[in-house]
Amino acid sequence: MSLSHLERLEAESIHILREVLAECDKPVMLYSIGKDSAVMLHLAQKAFFPGKLPFPLLHVDTTWKFREMIAFRDETAKRLGAELLVHTNQDGVAQGITPFGAGSRTYTDIMKTEGLKQALDHYGFDAAFGGARRDEEKSRAKERVFSFRTAEHRWDPKNQRPEPWKLYNTRKKPGESIRVFPLSNWTEMDVWTYIAEQNIPVVPLYFAKPRPVVKRSGAWIMVDDTRLPLEPGEVPQLKTVRFRTLGCYPLTGAVESEADTLDDILSEMRESRSSERQGRLIDHDGAASMEKKKQEGYF
Amino acid sequence: MASALSSFRRDTDPPVASNRKTLLRFITCGSVDDGKSSLIGRVLFESGSVPEDQLATLEADSKKFGTQGAALDYALLVDGLSAEREQGITIDVAYRYFATPKRSFIVADTPGHEQYTRNMATGASTADLAIILVDARKGILPQTRRHSLIVSMVGVKTVIVAVNKMDLVDYSPFVFHAIERAYHDIAKALNIPHVTVIPVSAVAGDNIAAPSTHTPWYHGPSLIDVLETVEVESVTSNAGFALPVQWVNRPDSSFRGYAGLIASGRIAPGDAITVVPSGRSAVIKRIVTYEGDLDHAEAGQSVTLTLDREIDISRGDVISSSRQPITAAKALSARVLWMSAEPLDAQKSYLAKLATTTVSAFVKAPETLLDIETYQEKHVETVGINSIFTTLVTFDRLIAVSPYGDNRDLGSFILIDRLSNEVVALGLVVTVDELARGLPVEAPPVKRLVFSHDPLRRSLLKTASFAITTLLLAALLFAVGPALLAGSVFALAEIVLFFAHERVWATTRAGLPIEKEFISSGEGI
Ligand SMILES: Nc1nc2c(ncn2[C@@H]2O[C@H](COP(=O)(O)OP(=O)(O)OP(=O)(O)O)[C@@H](O)[C@H]2O)c(=O)[nH]1
Ligand SMILES: [Mg+2]
Repeated sequence: MSLSHLERLEAESIHILREVLAECDKPVMLYSIGKDSAVMLHLAQKAFFPGKLPFPLLHVDTTWKFREMIAFRDETAKRLGAELLVHTNQDGVAQGITPFGAGSRTYTDIMKTEGLKQALDHYGFDAAFGGARRDEEKSRAKERVFSFRTAEHRWDPKNQRPEPWKLYNTRKKPGESIRVFPLSNWTEMDVWTYIAEQNIPVVPLYFAKPRPVVKRSGAWIMVDDTRLPLEPGEVPQLKTVRFRTLGCYPLTGAVESEADTLDDILSEMRESRSSERQGRLIDHDGAASMEKKKQEGYF
Repeated sequence: MASALSSFRRDTDPPVASNRKTLLRFITCGSVDDGKSSLIGRVLFESGSVPEDQLATLEADSKKFGTQGAALDYALLVDGLSAEREQGITIDVAYRYFATPKRSFIVADTPGHEQYTRNMATGASTADLAIILVDARKGILPQTRRHSLIVSMVGVKTVIVAVNKMDLVDYSPFVFHAIERAYHDIAKALNIPHVTVIPVSAVAGDNIAAPSTHTPWYHGPSLIDVLETVEVESVTSNAGFALPVQWVNRPDSSFRGYAGLIASGRIAPGDAITVVPSGRSAVIKRIVTYEGDLDHAEAGQSVTLTLDREIDISRGDVISSSRQPITAAKALSARVLWMSAEPLDAQKSYLAKLATTTVSAFVKAPETLLDIETYQEKHVETVGINSIFTTLVTFDRLIAVSPYGDNRDLGSFILIDRLSNEVVALGLVVTVDELARGLPVEAPPVKRLVFSHDPLRRSLLKTASFAITTLLLAALLFAVGPALLAGSVFALAEIVLFFAHERVWATTRAGLPIEKEFISSGEGI
């Protein structure tokens, strides 16, 4: 019997997780609460079973996440008995940085990228797992599984280390760190198929439900709390929507959908003609924007 | 193009089947600008794997950076770095994923530039199949030969030669057949068993998803036909069980498990195992996974094993079948691809990472390199970037290794520079038995004197020689002077004589069984 596609992917991810634990001093898992994080966390439980998770989870909280995400995050940490670290860039909060108006251009840089760097530096983590997949975006498609960052957290896409076979060179100089992507070779379809097959809990926002939304630059934005400033004449309406990707609520577009089960999601995806990240407003500002953010230290 | 699209469906079958679908990993390679990225972009497009929003982006990007005028530049779907788009070249591997009703694919689009050969090798190392592109106008170039060599070196057995840009040579069968013949010579020289040569145009879409009307003289399959149907040989089918230990799992004192990815073979509880290099033996007790214990496991699975007794095992050790234990070696002959601008230094201690072990390694300077024009050995002075050669690599201790042909995970390694942390080379184990050509593996045996005393034979010899010397001295003295004087001189002279006689004997081994009193001692000196 030969292994199926998903079995091969699973074995590869577990191998990557264990390699980091064996070779790095202080690993951490970036937990962004989405479906990819859910799968990555599930794989980590498998990798270290019967032991518990041998590293903490880190959530960089911009204070603008969906409320259901935060509830799900705390529930998950409790269910698994995992250590959860939550970091918010307090300088950003003090400066009044929000995803709206004048501050919106620097919002991602300050609340996400800077917040992440602060947390990694503060705890001195030398390796951080992230749930990014190569099929998400064209510069991700170019990134190694073990992605090196300078002491300033910069990525040099033109000078990546060769990574033949399963041989990962984890050596680094003081201050340098590694971002590790165990799901590099998974596709969105693989992730959902695996979630269905393994019964992995995910945030309910992925399933269709009537939700209060407003239309902004062609995307349905959910009115998750009273902080969302409504434009004159703008009235939230109830629409049956779901999310393909989760981030900060004012920047994450919902799709109109009736898919409220995993089976529905899978068949909807097979019909879909648009990409997962289309709903992410931050990816669109400027060509090659993801690559630039990554060079600056974004995950 | 319309016909191509209709003959090629998207992945729309139910999920259950898609789980069991086989996976093919392949790469595109070949010389600069032969059209590798354009071809992959085209394949993604035709397989319906490009979402609408990305197509809209592609249209805008093609106008901005495109090399095809107003038309779509499919290479921009894969060349994702801004430096690549600005220069119109590929710098590093792009990994892309797509599926057809028959298979899932992972494709690595690799760079053609010689400067980025290390990135091409990274992509090639995990490929089951390689598409080697040749520009119909240029024919086979040195980089075509170099990439073919690397592909065959890492064990790719199936090659598709895509003779591209047929639109620019008026779909000439003569041009195509000349390249086809020339490539068959390469395949023969490199022992590549399965080669299919296809005339294509990445830009016009000929013979990619369906047969093209531009090439009525070509009767072979389309590119995607081959990708969907080709059988891929598995490499480690008859190797014995081996699991390089990645990590020892000890959550509490009651559990001790050895975690790793099975490199080869199959294992079940009750199987006898030998740990390499220590040679200790035990029996498999459980195969532990999150889903529960397994009754067997096989190559490719990540598992945790427990044993029936406590033995010393740590990361880097290999748990292998007792019937077919992996060999342990301190030196081996390896095929090496040098990837650093810094030339090889035979005096320098590098780090070698092989499976889960990291050891100090010395690399002997090779006398010859493989010449990519002739695939023959050529004499050289220094080993520089992209050199390919076979040489002796020695480690500071015994490690478990296998020839690459038998076991990929235990037969491949990288060399790391200790100071810069750069990966300077990748290597494949050729032989582990035929060691030590030119370098001692073990320290030579040293002889050490432990014990020696005069045996009876030597005492008798000494007595005889002393008696003769004394008699001669006495005869001399009594012959020349009065008896009284001679007597007292004799008594004094005899003491001096005894000393001189003893010193003369001390210089000779006569009668001493010296050889037998030495012992041989290897280790520890
Ligand atoms: N007319 C024609 N042009 C082509 C064809 N395939 C590729 N090209 C053009 O050839 C040029 C190089 O194409 P790429 O796909 O970037 O080549 P590459 O092999 O990926 O290049 P590197 O990755 O940098 O080695 C581009 O201008 C393409 O548009 C073809 O079939 N016909
Ligand atoms: Mg290219």
